[in-house]
Amino acid sequence: MLLRHTTKEVKERKALTVNPAKTCQPVGAMYAALGVHGCLPHSHGSQGCCSYHRSALTRHYKEPVMAATSSFTEGSSVFGGQANLLQAIDNMFTIYEPEIVAVHSTCLSETIGDDLGQIVAKAKDDGKIPEGKHVVQASTPSYVGSHVTGYANMLEAFVKYFAFNTNEKVRQVNLLSGWVEPSDMREIKRIAEIMKVQNILLPDTSDVVDTPMTGKYEMYPKGGTTVKEIVSMGNSMSTIAMGEWCSKKAAIMLDNKCKVPFTMTDVAIGIKASDRFIQALSTAGKVSIPEAISEERGRLLDMVTDMHQYLYGKRVALWGDPDTLIPLTEFLLDLDMKPVYIVSGTPGKRFEKRMSEILCNKLPEAKVKNGPQADMFLMHQWIKEESVDLLIGNTYGKYIARDEGVPFVRMGFPIIDRVGHSYFPTVGYQGAIRILEKMLGAIMDKIDATTPEESFELVM
Amino acid sequence: MRKIAIYGKGGIGKSTTTQNTVAGLVEAGKNVKVVGCDPKADSTRLLLGGLAQKTVLDTLREEGEDVELEDIVKEGYGGVRCVESGGPEPGVGCAGRGIITSINLLEQLGAWDEQFKIDYTFYDVLGDVVCGGFAMPIREGKAQEIYIVVSGEMMAMYAANNICKGIKKYAQAGGVRLGGLICNSRKVDNEREMIEELAKRLGTKMIHFVPRDNMVQRAEINRKTVIDFEPEHNQADEYRALAKAIDENDLFVIPEPLAIDELEKLLIDFGIAS
Repeated sequence: MLLRHTTKEVKERKALTVNPAKTCQPVGAMYAALGVHGCLPHSHGSQGCCSYHRSALTRHYKEPVMAATSSFTEGSSVFGGQANLLQAIDNMFTIYEPEIVAVHSTCLSETIGDDLGQIVAKAKDDGKIPEGKHVVQASTPSYVGSHVTGYANMLEAFVKYFAFNTNEKVRQVNLLSGWVEPSDMREIKRIAEIMKVQNILLPDTSDVVDTPMTGKYEMYPKGGTTVKEIVSMGNSMSTIAMGEWCSKKAAIMLDNKCKVPFTMTDVAIGIKASDRFIQALSTAGKVSIPEAISEERGRLLDMVTDMHQYLYGKRVALWGDPDTLIPLTEFLLDLDMKPVYIVSGTPGKRFEKRMSEILCNKLPEAKVKNGPQADMFLMHQWIKEESVDLLIGNTYGKYIARDEGVPFVRMGFPIIDRVGHSYFPTVGYQGAIRILEKMLGAIMDKIDATTPEESFELVM
Repeated sequence: MRKIAIYGKGGIGKSTTTQNTVAGLVEAGKNVKVVGCDPKADSTRLLLGGLAQKTVLDTLREEGEDVELEDIVKEGYGGVRCVESGGPEPGVGCAGRGIITSINLLEQLGAWDEQFKIDYTFYDVLGDVVCGGFAMPIREGKAQEIYIVVSGEMMAMYAANNICKGIKKYAQAGGVRLGGLICNSRKVDNEREMIEELAKRLGTKMIHFVPRDNMVQRAEINRKTVIDFEPEHNQADEYRALAKAIDENDLFVIPEPLAIDELEKLLIDFGIAS
């Protein structure tokens, strides 16, 4: 009983967060920056921040994550980090030769009031940024929002800096990806290709954090959206933004700056959200939906009907990020499962609103909370009050799973004790099949392990 | 819309001068917003008739993220839209961060939305530029012009010179410029000439010389600006003149701060040492 101190009784807390369901803004900024080709993330703060954020990503993707730091000392905290950042920009372009440096701030540099915009402008004036190279910056204090906010801020910074409207219409659609795995980004591109929709996906971490072993280390792997592509986003017909928390800011920026209109959809998890995404793609790309896509959908529906008896009425607890929890909850309800407990450490009033729209008819008793006090401790307390049949969330749920003996499917960020997420998508109809497979596997393993001998089934 | 930041040494009369000037602009038919960037939250007292304002940071602390614009913007004398960013008690927390947070929040809430038809925004900033947070009002896209309140006293001039260093740093990368010095007289010998000379050396001008008059204190104890309290008084005309000078100002420069010995020599040349 690792969490034996967790009590059943929920008391109102104002200040305390126990086992938060979120992490730092810069982790998201770093991940988004990795989805741009030839980009070196730079953390403007102390070394410890950078090390933590890199290792958070490495543990999840099992790939080396490179990032530089301004290496703040006591001196820089007092006098400001300008000198360090200017030197760092010089060093990075001289030694590591990235195309782009994506600078994000940290709690410390934000608090002392370093103005990244001003420092980067100075670096440019001083000739520290070589011709044809770029420095992009985003403000990412961790005491505001969560890792999701950092991702959104960095994504916005990229389109703000690069996207440019030259009044020449290009027959392509912008796809702004929410925070999903490289496998999902690959899947999004595969779907768009089947549908014959010319597109630019930003960010695109496939072939960056899931690279093959070749025996040769590439500091900047072949994947990632290129500068040329991001620039051309300003001339696209329209934008499809997936996930409000992660991609809406960038979509609005593209609209304001380049007059590219956008459609806001959810991350394509489950049947309905995938339907909406496919529909949005079809509308934006002015194409009809090909047979191959309908067949994928059909296979998913077939699996759902075949296995419905094992899913019906199952109580599920889930945690993670708003953009993925919203469509996942919708999917579980479509399967006649009961997503009874939902928490996200990421704040935003829209979360409870969207959730209640989805839940109000089918499962009004579901408990939903997000923000600082929506943590894993609260989730555990709810489960202690009345247990569930399945847990879905990141690795941090394994303590609850073990203590309460509940089957556990890993989804979200971070997953640091299992593999597969980098290679097998959870978006689109194929992705939904994988979610189903994992849920059924977990539920059936428990049945096999605990069912009495006389009702032990060979065929399920 | 013109966005103006007022800086100057602590106790020089920034808040008093700002509010009295704002009253002058309001009287001339301008639509003005005042953002107090001082943890003491006393930048709008004369416009609101008392410390009636709940600060942005207090509201944020109590209401969480559910802050509405109406909760933090209060209308004062002549329809001036008043905001106090507020901040921690002396000796704790981080007042500079408070200013960053509250200006970000105001922008998020659309405080500068076109519907308000704001002609002028005044940021009244605490003391000297002491840390990055206090420079928030002059970051890119915020205030474009700065006025420094100064007097003939040595420390006030020191502070003004120091503030120019901050402005110069931001001006090189962005659009912020120095609009001039406002001399709030302390009846120092040769004060007017000396400040005019200081302004010249900095590359700017003294935009107005506000004489010392007890009427200011009298109005202040009554929680009013002079224009509101005693509109016929000479001092009211002084603030009207200052408001007009700011309204008509077209000299915006990147200041050239003086070396300390130059500054000291200036004081000696104008006879303060003898």
